[in-house]
Amino acid sequence: MHFLNKVLAIVWKDVVAELRTKELFSSMFVFALLMIVIFSFSFDLRVERVAEVAPGVLWVTFAFAGTLELNRSLATEVEGARLDGLLLAPMERSTIYFGKMLGNLVFILAIEALMLPIFSAVFDLNLLQPGLLLTVVLGTIGFAAVGTLLSTMAVNTRAREVLLPVLLFPIILPVVLSAVKITAGMLDGQAWIDMAPWLRLLIGFDIIFATVCYMTFDYVVQG
Amino acid sequence: MKAGSRWVDLLSGLSVAMIIAALYLVFLYAPREATMGDVQRIFYFHVSSAWVGFFAFFVTLLAGIGYLRTGERRWDVLGFSSAEIGVTFTAMAVMSGSMWAKPTWNSWWPWRQEPRLVLVTILLLIYLAYFMLRTFVEEAEQRARFAAVYGIVAFASVPLTFMSIRWWQRLHPVVFDRQGAGLTRPMLLTFLFCLLSFTVLYTTLLLHRTRLANLADEVNELAQRLHSGWGGRT
Amino acid sequence: MIEIQGLTKSFGHTHALRGVDLQVAEGEFLTIVGPNGAGKTTFLRILATLLKPTRGFVRINGLNLAPADVEVRRQIGFVSHQPLVYGNLTVAENLRFYGRIYDVPELEQRVETLLSLVGLDGRAHSLARTLSRGMQQRLSVARSIIHEPSIMLLDEPYTGLDQQASRMLRGLLQTVSTHSHTVVMTTHNLEHALKPADRLVILCRGHIVFQAEASTLGLAELREAYWQHTEGDRSLGPS
Repeated sequence: MHFLNKVLAIVWKDVVAELRTKELFSSMFVFALLMIVIFSFSFDLRVERVAEVAPGVLWVTFAFAGTLELNRSLATEVEGARLDGLLLAPMERSTIYFGKMLGNLVFILAIEALMLPIFSAVFDLNLLQPGLLLTVVLGTIGFAAVGTLLSTMAVNTRAREVLLPVLLFPIILPVVLSAVKITAGMLDGQAWIDMAPWLRLLIGFDIIFATVCYMTFDYVVQG
Repeated sequence: MKAGSRWVDLLSGLSVAMIIAALYLVFLYAPREATMGDVQRIFYFHVSSAWVGFFAFFVTLLAGIGYLRTGERRWDVLGFSSAEIGVTFTAMAVMSGSMWAKPTWNSWWPWRQEPRLVLVTILLLIYLAYFMLRTFVEEAEQRARFAAVYGIVAFASVPLTFMSIRWWQRLHPVVFDRQGAGLTRPMLLTFLFCLLSFTVLYTTLLLHRTRLANLADEVNELAQRLHSGWGGRT
Repeated sequence: MIEIQGLTKSFGHTHALRGVDLQVAEGEFLTIVGPNGAGKTTFLRILATLLKPTRGFVRINGLNLAPADVEVRRQIGFVSHQPLVYGNLTVAENLRFYGRIYDVPELEQRVETLLSLVGLDGRAHSLARTLSRGMQQRLSVARSIIHEPSIMLLDEPYTGLDQQASRMLRGLLQTVSTHSHTVVMTTHNLEHALKPADRLVILCRGHIVFQAEASTLGLAELREAYWQHTEGDRSLGPS
């Protein structure tokens, strides 16, 4: 399958390059740790039930660390006009989109996988439940789907990194809200069936936006 | 051009007339609301402004699709002109919503009780993001493309955002649920007339704004030609 | 072969190309010279499918550009002053990556062949960012021919190279142009322009202002023609 081969080639390229320097990963990791520390100090003094703020803190951290990743990932393509190299290849532009999106997904999930046990320890909660993990995956898919498209635009402007959160956050609000609600529900021990509408919303978002973004990606990269 | 501007003049006159009529209806004709008193009258303008805000962005969405399909400048002009007017009305909606909220719920920002206010604010943020994007892209063609794509993606998020905000509050019907519930006949009439007059106003402003943008384009083109010494034909 | 008719490209109010008509025969080496802003890079980028024309059409090996873009790309190799290589991947990994996205069969063998062709087999496992500019450009050439394209597009490939590297690149391009059939190269440098070319074109302000068979021109005559046809742009002369 040519399409899959190329998508995987792009992911492989990003992973190998990152494994060499580990720049991105380490900066995301440090950033996320800092956020936990800052949050735990900010809230510790005022809130008794840590479980109330934990979902919010978790997802805000993921969102900001994710933005960091998106910026860096597209920046490496734009520096030295390497995006041209991808655009010259005999493949549809959407292949590039899926390749980059999958790469972004892998990196962000990796950081999240690392952060969840740390969060669990710091907040003294069990965040490693299967339902929660599923939510993290679904939420990150939506985030990466929209984020890949928007970071491709943002990185092409004068404002670069500053612009991405401005463009991204209003649009991924449904993802954040759903994810926080489900996380909170899981920590509260609510029934899985109660979470169903939120889950449907998440999945719906993922499907709709993966589609919309992959269809419009062409127009963003082609002049 | 002559015939076109005749229409614009007509519409301008109509807008003025309708807004004046709307003011009359809102302040003099519509009855005083039982529970909230005169403050409730803001509601007519608030909802009409919000309506224009959303409608204008929908037009931006359509303009974006038009631009991507044809690459013609006039679609981009329509897109950002509509967005400019839309952002103004949305800002008005947020402010009027806040003014209405304070006496109603004793809070300037009752985001728990009124999810629609949150939604309108998100819309405002999206508009601002749209303009920030336009500001930071240097090249005109790329700017039009990016703005078109963003308009499409952003508008697609609005329904889902609305759903998620609504469910977040685990909402029960609020006082003004759907137009018609809890509204007497004169109020309904006033309300609908307000909506209509704001829509006419929006259309008028849009025509003026697009005309202005097209004229500016012409001037720029002429200046370019003068500067590069080409003159005459391109 | 390449057929171009009425090619126009505008960026907003800037008209980079104003109706270019050109034909490049199979096996021909065409060099395009012109001052800055003439439209050379824009022209080449359109041929490489990186930009869409505003008006006019381009046909490459019988394929119309817009609908058949993916197929066209299979037949084109593009080299610019940007090497388009990934700094954190090794030389071999870079080639392997490009080989994969170009569906190159028997990749490992092809990579080996290319490495010795461009003289980088000793550096196969060095990170691309540790290479000198000249070596990066050689890697770039290898990247561009990995799929054995029939048409080479070279956009000012000598930019930023010192004498030795330039000489090496020229030799490499000579070799390459005998494998590929058709070459279109743009350059500032009139010396580089004349040597390998079959035909020369001068582009100025988006128009073709001069064309000649290379065999009929000496360097002095070329310079003369250049100054004459780019009259208003003396300040933007060649290097």
